[in-house]
Amino acid sequence: MGAKVVTVTSGKGGVGKTTTTANIGVALARMGKKVVLIDADIGLRNLDIVMGLENRIVYDMVDVIEGRCQLRQAMIKHKQFPDLFLIPAAQTRDKTAVSPTDMIQTADKLRPEFDFIVIDSPAGIERGFRNAIAPADEVLIVTNPEVSAVRDADRIIGLLEANNKGPGRLILNRVKPEMIKKGEMMSAEDVTDILAIKLIGIVPEDEGVIPSSNSGTPITLNENSRAGQAFRNIARRLNGEDVPFMQLTESGGFLQRITRLFSGGQSE
Amino acid sequence: MSGFFERLLGRSPSKGSGSTAKERLQFILVHDRINLPPERLQAMKAEILEVISKYVSVDREDVDIFLEQRDRDSLIKAEIPFSGITDQDEARKRLNQPSAAGDDTLDDG
Repeated sequence: MGAKVVTVTSGKGGVGKTTTTANIGVALARMGKKVVLIDADIGLRNLDIVMGLENRIVYDMVDVIEGRCQLRQAMIKHKQFPDLFLIPAAQTRDKTAVSPTDMIQTADKLRPEFDFIVIDSPAGIERGFRNAIAPADEVLIVTNPEVSAVRDADRIIGLLEANNKGPGRLILNRVKPEMIKKGEMMSAEDVTDILAIKLIGIVPEDEGVIPSSNSGTPITLNENSRAGQAFRNIARRLNGEDVPFMQLTESGGFLQRITRLFSGGQSE
Repeated sequence: MSGFFERLLGRSPSKGSGSTAKERLQFILVHDRINLPPERLQAMKAEILEVISKYVSVDREDVDIFLEQRDRDSLIKAEIPFSGITDQDEARKRLNQPSAAGDDTLDDG
């Protein structure tokens, strides 16, 4: 029992996995949850910089696994939320330094102390991906409404099913309502039709995302950001709440937009 | 067959590139999911037709063999209309023919 282990993955790189992991982590912490984030992208660490915690790293995941420090020593406490921690990836090693068993053992040690363990998976379907999903109770697949990202998401869903970790829930990131209106972008409904899995979040494209990672302050801390709102909604859904999807394709005030779009994202 | 490809090629009423993307993906993913590229599917269809033609006379113009998705599961569907056999001798010949060759083809497929 204890924490729920949630892995954020995508197949394709650059769709917003790390941004999503950071924002879900912060949003859950804001809700008063005890959260630890694990960067499973050994050799290409990034979650630390997006979280604004890069200057405080002493030990990393590989140090823990190879016994150079205690697990507690590798956990960096967030400045603003005392119940939010990050275990950074090693920067100078590669994915073979960690095994799926190492990940399961680490997660099991953390479970009793936390409500959520959120793992940021590397891109691809190799060792790093297998490490990241090994301890997962639930997998979130991040994709963009774009052919290559959706195809890769489908491959990931297939692999999750083959590993008894599927089907997972989908986060459609970087949605541009104006383009959907013109028929030049697939809608959330189109993508869930194609992939035949449930949606847990629709995140609109937001120019605030890059400045927020520039400064290491996840955008979900900005009350006025629509992407931030979308990430807060995802966190609440992960916590079991029934939160309606934001209405993106209709104009009107912010409150009007937060009306029900559709219930489950797909027919069942 | 033609109807299926017209649907896939986006000749059904559609507007922007968004629906093109959806249709292209649906086509690609059917093949990705069962790891069967379109050329291999064509070969399989030809072989299925060949086997069936050993037993009954088939109206080849109206044959439709296609892959379909049911949630995330794939299935193959075939609509293979028989053409009326008027020649009784021809029918008798088919019935008396040893079916060993046909069975082999099925096993290999």
